[in-house]
Amino acid sequence: MGRWFDAPNRLGPLLVAPTVLILGGLLAWPLVLGVWLSLTDASLGTAGAFVGLANYAALLRDPVFLGAAFYALFYTTCAEVLKVALGLALALLLNRRFRFYRITRAVMLLPWVAPTVLSALAWEWLLDPQFSAISWLLVHLGLIHGYINFLGETWLARASLIVVNVWRGLPYFTIGYLAGLQAVPRELLEAASIDGAGPVTIFRRIVWPLLLPVTTILVSFSAIWTVTDFQLIWTMTRGGPLNATQVFTTLAYQRAITGGNLGQGAAIAAFVIPLMVVFAAFALRATREHA
Amino acid sequence: MNAGRIRLRQTLAFWGPLGLMLAFLLLPFYWMVLTAVKSRQELLNTPNPWWSFHPTFQHIVRLLTGTEYGRWFLNTLFVSTGATLLSVTCAFLAAFAITRLRFRGARVLSTMIFLCYIVPPTILFIPLASVLIDLGWFNHLWALIPIYGTFLIPFSTWLLIGFLRSIPRELEEAARVDGASWLRIMVRIILPLSVPGLISAIIFCFTLSWNEYLYALVYMFSSQNKTVSVGLITELVRGDVFQWGQLMAGALLGTLPVVLVYFFFVEYYVAGMSGALKE
Repeated sequence: MGRWFDAPNRLGPLLVAPTVLILGGLLAWPLVLGVWLSLTDASLGTAGAFVGLANYAALLRDPVFLGAAFYALFYTTCAEVLKVALGLALALLLNRRFRFYRITRAVMLLPWVAPTVLSALAWEWLLDPQFSAISWLLVHLGLIHGYINFLGETWLARASLIVVNVWRGLPYFTIGYLAGLQAVPRELLEAASIDGAGPVTIFRRIVWPLLLPVTTILVSFSAIWTVTDFQLIWTMTRGGPLNATQVFTTLAYQRAITGGNLGQGAAIAAFVIPLMVVFAAFALRATREHA
Repeated sequence: MNAGRIRLRQTLAFWGPLGLMLAFLLLPFYWMVLTAVKSRQELLNTPNPWWSFHPTFQHIVRLLTGTEYGRWFLNTLFVSTGATLLSVTCAFLAAFAITRLRFRGARVLSTMIFLCYIVPPTILFIPLASVLIDLGWFNHLWALIPIYGTFLIPFSTWLLIGFLRSIPRELEEAARVDGASWLRIMVRIILPLSVPGLISAIIFCFTLSWNEYLYALVYMFSSQNKTVSVGLITELVRGDVFQWGQLMAGALLGTLPVVLVYFFFVEYYVAGMSGALKE
């Protein structure tokens, strides 16, 4: 009996069985079911009938959905660019020996560790139209005259959410870039500096090209999480004001769960799948090259 | 004199930008603590909102005695602990099988697991709702444990595969020659050597489960089954009335457990974060 189990082709599948069961039943199967649901007019509680591509066609004529698709891409693009720039800057600052290095790095990671909904609540209160401490500070510094309605006006709300997303994702980029910077060979930098290259040239010609694979990995993973973000936006604006900060996930939630229209919600979610495939291909290729 | 000036300038050029960044990164936490201890009067009218002149514990006391917060906290603890145990166990078994046994299909399986890591809850939460209704799991707190497995297991398996690959094969080869079974090798040799990797996986699973929101929001509708994040948002925000003192007290208490766990194991956390990038 014991010998029978010891064969890799028997023991292997047995050991992966729990993983396959959970991922198959609660991830792969719902994924397939989701595509099917998006082709039906199912609602909460009824199975619904096959309607072909009607849900997709309706969404492509729906200005709220098109707005959500726009903002999801805008939000992601801006946030990724800022996270790369600031994350790299912070990593360059931290990439040296100094007192308090460990404590600084530990504290720096807090936004990434803390539960998003709870820190988003703190941001919401910081950006309150009436009691915002940030507005208070700006008024007292003489920079503005009245309080800013950060989350209540279209572009201000859109920009504020991007800032908070950058706030949360920055540590991930910093840690990734720190690991990348520590892998840059010292001899290479010393040789370049002996040859008379300045810090800017060294960064552009040596450091940045070596950081490109890390950048691809960081951006592809982060873009997946950002384009499908829900917690932060739902907590702070619920897609408002007037759907200005609606993204795929918040709209899918509203249509499917609040509105009960499962078919349309599933179709909104399905629009994310092609994006996923692209990012996944990038991430997979970059991790393999990197390893 | 001159050298001293240069050093001062260097120090400022370094700590100036770093200080600004850190202030930005820590701002909401400062705000949480501050609001949680401000008196009701101070929340509405104060000469300086950046400080509390009459700190009080009234919000925390009221949160713990007048709401179901304690219950939500225990629920979150239960789900996070259960999901962590389940996921790390499954992931360790799978990672061992994939890296050590080289059985048929192991390579394909590891790519599939990586792809699962990329599938976001956004795509899953709607069809998963109807699966849960069919299974009769809707609004059962324990159902969140296997559900959280859908994102914890892929991540932990990936992390542990990377970790297990770095363990040399000589030990187990010697043990094989001596007639040890694979299960014995797994428990007696690989498991003890995997402890640092397992700690990383456990911390990540715990913080990720504690952080989860969408599934808990959609699938748990009774107040007694809610988690901290869901309970705070859905029950303490009544209409447009935000009880900011209580909300921030709740946010603070809900943030503390993950932060404590994190501070105890910072090195493992960072190692896991950079390790996950590599493989």
